[in-house]
Amino acid sequence: MVTKLEVKNLYKIFGEHPKKALKMLEQGINKDEIFKKTGQTVGVKNASLAIEEGEIFVVMGLSGSGKSTLVRLLNRLIEPTQGQVLIDGHDITKVDDKALRDVRRSKISMVFQSFALMPHMNVLDNTAFGLELSGVDVQERHEKARDALAQVGLESHANSYPDELSGGMQQRVGLARALTNNPDILLMDEAFSALDPLIRTEMQDELVRLQSEHQRTVVFISHDLDEAMRIGDRIAIMQGGEVVQVGTPDDILHNPANDYVRSFFKGVDVSNVFCAKDIASKSSLTLIKKDSSEGLISGLKLLNENERDYGYVIDKSKRFLGVVSASSLHDVIKNKQTLAEAIIDEVQPIAADTSIGDIISIVAHSPCAVPVIDDQQKYVGVISKARLLETLDREATV
Amino acid sequence: MSTESNPWATASDDTGAAESTASNPWGGASTPSSDATSLSASGTPVEQTDFSLLHPFQEVWVPLDSWIETGVNWVVTHFRPFFTAVKAPVDATLTAIDSTFNAAPPLLVIVLFGLIAWQLSGRRLAIGSVAGLITLGAIGAWQESMTTLALVITSVLFCILLGIPTGIAMARSDRTAKVIRPVLDIMQTTPAFVYLVPIVMLFGIGNVPGVIVTIIFAVAPVIRLTNLGIRQVPSDLIEAANSFGADKKQMLFKVQLPLAMPTIMAGVNQTLMLGLSMVVIASMISVGGLGLMVLRGIGRLDIGLATIGGIGIVILAVILDRMTQSLGQDARQRGTRHWYETGPIGLLLAFKK
Repeated sequence: MVTKLEVKNLYKIFGEHPKKALKMLEQGINKDEIFKKTGQTVGVKNASLAIEEGEIFVVMGLSGSGKSTLVRLLNRLIEPTQGQVLIDGHDITKVDDKALRDVRRSKISMVFQSFALMPHMNVLDNTAFGLELSGVDVQERHEKARDALAQVGLESHANSYPDELSGGMQQRVGLARALTNNPDILLMDEAFSALDPLIRTEMQDELVRLQSEHQRTVVFISHDLDEAMRIGDRIAIMQGGEVVQVGTPDDILHNPANDYVRSFFKGVDVSNVFCAKDIASKSSLTLIKKDSSEGLISGLKLLNENERDYGYVIDKSKRFLGVVSASSLHDVIKNKQTLAEAIIDEVQPIAADTSIGDIISIVAHSPCAVPVIDDQQKYVGVISKARLLETLDREATV
Repeated sequence: MSTESNPWATASDDTGAAESTASNPWGGASTPSSDATSLSASGTPVEQTDFSLLHPFQEVWVPLDSWIETGVNWVVTHFRPFFTAVKAPVDATLTAIDSTFNAAPPLLVIVLFGLIAWQLSGRRLAIGSVAGLITLGAIGAWQESMTTLALVITSVLFCILLGIPTGIAMARSDRTAKVIRPVLDIMQTTPAFVYLVPIVMLFGIGNVPGVIVTIIFAVAPVIRLTNLGIRQVPSDLIEAANSFGADKKQMLFKVQLPLAMPTIMAGVNQTLMLGLSMVVIASMISVGGLGLMVLRGIGRLDIGLATIGGIGIVILAVILDRMTQSLGQDARQRGTRHWYETGPIGLLLAFKK
């Protein structure tokens, strides 16, 4: 992996005397104290990040944590007070206005929370806006804009005006506008936060789909853990202007750096964060290995000894074969049939990466714990009703 | 001249001590039961330069009037070429517009106005302006109306030329705005009659100084509203344009001006209205047109003439107001995609297809 965008010891202090505040920061005085004494607001404090080419990097934090400031420092919509922002190894904090404009026109595009579409331009011209600023002639820029609109499924609305579109459609235009420049880096500042939950999920899927077609480096700002977990390859969590933790969603979920990070999981819908394999339990189960038609009676005996009504059948290579019940085994033995006939259809296995939200009803209606298999059909474990309840309960108690 | 125009100074002269006390009710009350001779006898020492706390303003402290007079005189003698140069473009534009309007056959002007009104606003305004202009001709104010129209159009043209760039400069820099704002305040609050005098001294009398007075009086709204319009462009749009690499010029012409246009047009509309009202006042420095009709009507107590002038101004005002107001709306507010899809041009294009 190549590092596309690197942030080194970046500081942003809002106010008249940033030097004074910087010195105080060095002395270890905290943000609130500095504001009280000097009136200077610390926006971003000593942020260092390395964002890899082609990944979706989510910056997460509550409002006021400096995440929107951070993303604007990346394309210098806000001038950094101190530190470096390296795009492909070039420090853009040092370049002059013209070079900066060139970077913004060709390398880095932004999608805004408020959509920020030009109300006096139609959708096509809005989409072509970036190219228009670069001086591309009308025909070529309209052609490229049409391509970008097609990518987000809005080519039929090219002649509409932004105020005639719904919020979701407007943000698609915003996305198309950012894509038209064919940038290496896409900055998305709470791009989907203003949309309703249904459209938001749809837009997230859209982004992931676009990303699978064309690998761009995406820096995504969000205050929503569900969103971050859903689309992020890696997540950085910001608190009070500082980056407190960077890691994959799993990392952050399992090893939160501090209480602030942990507090994100409070009230967060765990059902979208965890998937089936995370909660499937391997222990406390009766496994029946199947060699041939033999072992039916021993299997039944095993179930009875362990006081279980259901058994999960796998072969030697741990491939999942099906579920049998004590009564179905009993019938098969009586009729002298094979094990294959004992497998009951009511219980179907679920895939390992299914999110918990999607399995609730399956588990609830299943007569027994539901088996989980991975993409090679291998048995991973089972999820019982009790296990699921316990997991869902975490969101209230963690 | 300075003593003549100064009532306080007159009072200090021995020519009219009684007069001065008579015109001063407080002075009269302070010396009860006295005849004219004792008054004049006792009055003289009071009128000395001694400072009295009771009458602190008996004497003029700051002879502002004579200062200004000297100042203006100095400017007139030393900067004559400058003022002639300022006059030249106004003169040329005014002459061109005025002679065109007056030379054109009235019917052509009426039809042209009807078409423009139709294009800008709609059929209703077209019919209205045609009817209005016919009325102007019918009541015998055609020529005066055309002169007034030429004066107003010239003034508004120069107001736009001066005002919009000034407004842009104000919007770009807070410091410029801080400097220009009080100047605008002065221009708007100073009674128009006050600066008629220096303008006459600097530029003389006639239509051209009239246009210059009108520009001074009417330019403020277009400057203010251009500034306001640009400052009111939502900051997220500015940020978005910046994020896509807009330079200053692109920002102005592709984002700020188009978005500020309704506000700027409201400013132009206000400028136009002020210009029309100033044209009447400017008739006192021998500006022709409808204003002169009103002034003559007042002077001769000729109510008929004054009314004709008044009606003429109202008709012109209504037509021009409606036209510029519809300039502030974009085509979509009027139910079409593009401005050229409606009105006579739309009709013409439809025929071509």
